Amino acid sequence: MQDSSFVQLFPQQASTFAWQVDALYGYLILVSLVFSVPIILAMFYFSIKYREREKYAVPKEIHGSMVLETLWSVIPFFVSMSVFITGAIVYFNQYTPPDDAMEIYVVGKQWMWKMQHATGQREINELHVPAGRNVKLTMTTEDVIHSFYIPAFRTKADAVPGRYTYMWFNATTPGKYHLFCAEYCGLNHSGMIGTVYVMEPKDFDNWLSGNTGGETPVQVGKDLFENKLGCASCHAGGPQQRGAKLEGLFNTEVHLVGGGTAIADEDYIRNSILNPASQVVEGYQPIMPTFKGQVTEEQLNGLVAYIKSLSPNAAAAPAAPAAKKPDEKAPAGKKADEKAPAKE
Amino acid sequence: METVGAIETGSYGTAKLNYLNNGSTLKSWLLTKDHKRIAIMYLISVSVFFLMGGLYAATIRLELLTPASDLLETGTYNKVFTQHGILMVFFFLIPSIPAVLGNFLIPIMIGAKDLALPRINLLSLYIYWLGGAITLWALMQGGVDTGWTFYTPYSTTFSNTYVLAVGVGIFINGFSSILTGVNFLVTIHTMRAPGMTWFRLPLFVWAHYAVSLIFVLGTPVVAITLLLVAIERVAHVGIFDPALGGDPILFQHMFWFYSHPAVYIMVLPGMGIVSELIANFARKRIFGYEFVAFSSIGLAVFGFLVWGHHMFVSGQSMYASLVFSFLTMVVAIPSAIKMFNWTATLYQGSISFDTPMLYGLAFMGLFLIGGFTGLYLGALGLNVHLTDTYFVIGHFHYVMVGGQVIAYLGGLHYWWPKMTGKMYSEFWGRVAAMLIFVGFNLTFFPQLILGYLGMPRRYAAYPPEMQVLNIFSSAGASVLGVGLTMPVFYFIHSLIKGKPAPDNPWLLPGLEWRTSSPPPTENFDKPPVVTWEVYDFSDESGLDIEAAKREAAAVNA
Repeated sequence: MQDSSFVQLFPQQASTFAWQVDALYGYLILVSLVFSVPIILAMFYFSIKYREREKYAVPKEIHGSMVLETLWSVIPFFVSMSVFITGAIVYFNQYTPPDDAMEIYVVGKQWMWKMQHATGQREINELHVPAGRNVKLTMTTEDVIHSFYIPAFRTKADAVPGRYTYMWFNATTPGKYHLFCAEYCGLNHSGMIGTVYVMEPKDFDNWLSGNTGGETPVQVGKDLFENKLGCASCHAGGPQQRGAKLEGLFNTEVHLVGGGTAIADEDYIRNSILNPASQVVEGYQPIMPTFKGQVTEEQLNGLVAYIKSLSPNAAAAPAAPAAKKPDEKAPAGKKADEKAPAKE
Repeated sequence: METVGAIETGSYGTAKLNYLNNGSTLKSWLLTKDHKRIAIMYLISVSVFFLMGGLYAATIRLELLTPASDLLETGTYNKVFTQHGILMVFFFLIPSIPAVLGNFLIPIMIGAKDLALPRINLLSLYIYWLGGAITLWALMQGGVDTGWTFYTPYSTTFSNTYVLAVGVGIFINGFSSILTGVNFLVTIHTMRAPGMTWFRLPLFVWAHYAVSLIFVLGTPVVAITLLLVAIERVAHVGIFDPALGGDPILFQHMFWFYSHPAVYIMVLPGMGIVSELIANFARKRIFGYEFVAFSSIGLAVFGFLVWGHHMFVSGQSMYASLVFSFLTMVVAIPSAIKMFNWTATLYQGSISFDTPMLYGLAFMGLFLIGGFTGLYLGALGLNVHLTDTYFVIGHFHYVMVGGQVIAYLGGLHYWWPKMTGKMYSEFWGRVAAMLIFVGFNLTFFPQLILGYLGMPRRYAAYPPEMQVLNIFSSAGASVLGVGLTMPVFYFIHSLIKGKPAPDNPWLLPGLEWRTSSPPPTENFDKPPVVTWEVYDFSDESGLDIEAAKREAAAVNA
C-alpha cells in the first residue's frame, strides 16, 4: 500500500472487487460534477448578470414552474436510483462469500486481532493470505465492537460480541497492506492495527507448511467435545441419547420447542452452547447446562468448527493449503476446518 | 388598511423602550418571559459551548499534525474528540439556530407578541443550563471517552469514565429541545397574525416547523436510549451487552433512530435561513415557495426512515441495508429541490452581496459537497469502504459546519441590526466570511481524500503517508479559527461603537423589518395585519420604495 508519491490520493487496489468500488466512486464523482458544475456556474452567472444595479429595484416576480420542479425532482430520482442499484450490486459482491472460500477465524479484543487458519496456524495483528484465492473471515470479539478494515481490499465488517459476522475477499496483488480497526474500541483504538501479507499461492503454501500451528480448530473442538467438556456423553449420537444428534446438522433447519424453526448455522451452534435453554430442539428436554464463561471465544470457534465437520456435505469451506487455482473449488472433504480453538 | 400603515417601516419610535432597555436588573433577565431576552441568553450560552468545542477541535488538529500520538496520550485524545462531539452536537448545533434565532424571530415573523408558552420557553433555557452544567461538571471530573455515539457495550461495560454523568446531562438537555419544539408548534399553529396564512409564512418558519416535529418525535427516543444505558451500567440488566444477554446492535438502532433525524435538526434551520437570505438579497420571491416549504417537511419525515444507513457494516441483514439505502437515496430529492430552487431564485433578481448573502451563497456551495458526499455514503458498496473513515468526518462537517454553522453566522449577521439595534462593520464582516469559507474548505476537503485513502476516524495515530493531507487540514483549521474569532470582536465592537441600525436597513418586506430595531418588548406597537404575499418586494407590500430611493439618491449626492 505504501506509495512513494508525495501525496497519495487513492489507496492501492488489491482485491477483486476493489475496482468496482473505485468505479462506483468515479461514477459518483461524475454525477456530483454533472450536477454541481452547472449549479455553481449558474450561481456565478446570475450573480454577475443580475447584480444590483439600482437600489431597491423591484424585479419581476416569478412564482415557480411546475415543469421545472417536476424535472428537477424526477431526474435526481432516477440518478439516485442508478447509484442505489450499482451500490447494491457491489455490496452483494462484497458480502456474499463464495462457497469455496478458505476460512480463517478472527477474534478481536482490546487491542489486537487474533487470527487462526484452518490448519491451526495463529497470527496476531498479521494476516497471511494467498493471492487469487477466495478467503472468508468468520469474526467475533471478546469484548467490545471492533471493525476489520483493509482499505486496499475496499472492504470492512464489524466484529460484534456475542455473534459471528463474516467478510471475504480475493486478493489480487502480492504485497503488504494496512489492517485497521475501524470501530472505536477504547484506549488504544488507533493501535489496533496490523498488516495483511498477500503472498503468491506457492509462497503462501510454503509459509503455511513452514509454520505448523499445532492443533487445527477441528482438532481442538473434537478434544473439547469428547474429553474436556464431556459433550459427547449426551451428544454422541446413539438413539437413547439425551442430547440432539449433531451429525449432518450444520446448515439444516431444526424445529424448536414452542413452534418456530431455526437454521443451524454458526450463530445457532454458538448460541446453543452458551444459552442452551433459548432454542431447545423439539423432542428434547431443556437440561443442557450453559457453557458460558467456561469456554473462550477461540474454543467456541473450535467447537463450532468440529460440529461443522460432522456435516461434511453441508455448504462450507475447505481451507487446505493444497495449491488451488483461484477459482477452483476446494476439496470437498476438507470442508469444515475452521479456525482453531486452541486454548491459551 | 390603516393597520398596515401603522406598522410601516421605521415609523415607530426609536426613542421609546425596547426589549433591551426595558429593565436592566439581573432579575429582569433571569426571570423574563420575553422570547427575545431568552434568545439573547441562549446566544451567549451556545457561544460559550461553541468556544469550548472549538478549543477541543483545535487540540485534535494539533495532535494530528504528526502521525504519532505525541501531543496527548491516547486516552486524553479519546476524551478530547468525544467531548468535542458532545458539546458541539448537543449543546451547540442542536440548540443554535432554533433556540437563538428561531426563538427571537418566529414570534416576530408571524406577527405575535411572544411564543405561545413563554414560561415554558424560560423553563427550557433553565433545563438547557442544568443539562449543560451537569455535563461540564462531568468533564471537569475527568470527562468521557466513548465517542459522542456512546456505542455499547463499550459505553455500558468497558469505559471507566464519566459516562453516566454525561448521559444524565444530555438526557436532561433533551427536554429543553422537546419543550422548544412544542412551543414552536403551538405558536405557529395558534399565534399567527390576521392575514398570516400558512403560505405567507417565511420559509424560516416552515423550516422550524419541520425541526420542531423532529424535536418532539425524536428526542424522547434518545432519552430512552440513554436511560437504558444508565440502567445497564448501574444495575447490570442485560440490554445491550451480550455478556449480560443483551444485543449491542439494538443500541445502534435506537441511537440512530434519533440521531439521524437529529442531523436534520442540524441542517434544516440552516436551510430556512438560507431561503431567507437568498430571497431577500436577490429581492425575489423564492422560486417554487411551496416546494421549498414542503421539502422541509419531507426531509423531517424521511429523516426518520433512514437510520439503518449508519449500520451497513454492522452485520445487519443485507436486505435491511437495501431498504435503508433506497430510502437514503430518496432523501436526496428534497435536498436537490431546495438547491435548484435557490439557484432559480437568483434568476432575474437584483442581487446585492452584503455579508449575510456571502454566507448564503457559501452555504449553497458547501451544502452541494455536503449533500453529494451523503450520496456517496448512502451507496452501499461505497459505504463499506468509507464508513468510519475521515470521509464521514468530512461529510458531516460539510453538512453541519458548512451548512448549519455557516447559515447560523449568516443569520446572525442578517438579524444582528434587528436584535441589537447596531450595525457591525461590513468590511470586516466580508473579510471574516471569506476567511471562514477558505479555511473551512482547506480543513475538510483533505479529510474526504484521507477517508478514501482509508484513514479511520477517532485515530490518535495514523500511517505516515497520510501526513501531508493532515497538515493541510490542520493549516485550514487555523485559518478557520481566525475567521470564526473575528465576528466576536466586531460584534462586540458594534455593541459599543456601532452605528445605530435603521429599522429596515435593506428595505425588506418581512414583519421583523416592520418593527423598530431593537423591537419593543411586545414586538409591535399595534398588532399587525398581513395583507401582502410573502417575499413581495414591491410597494404592494406597503414598503415605500420611492421614498427609500429618494433617500438613497440624496445620500449619494
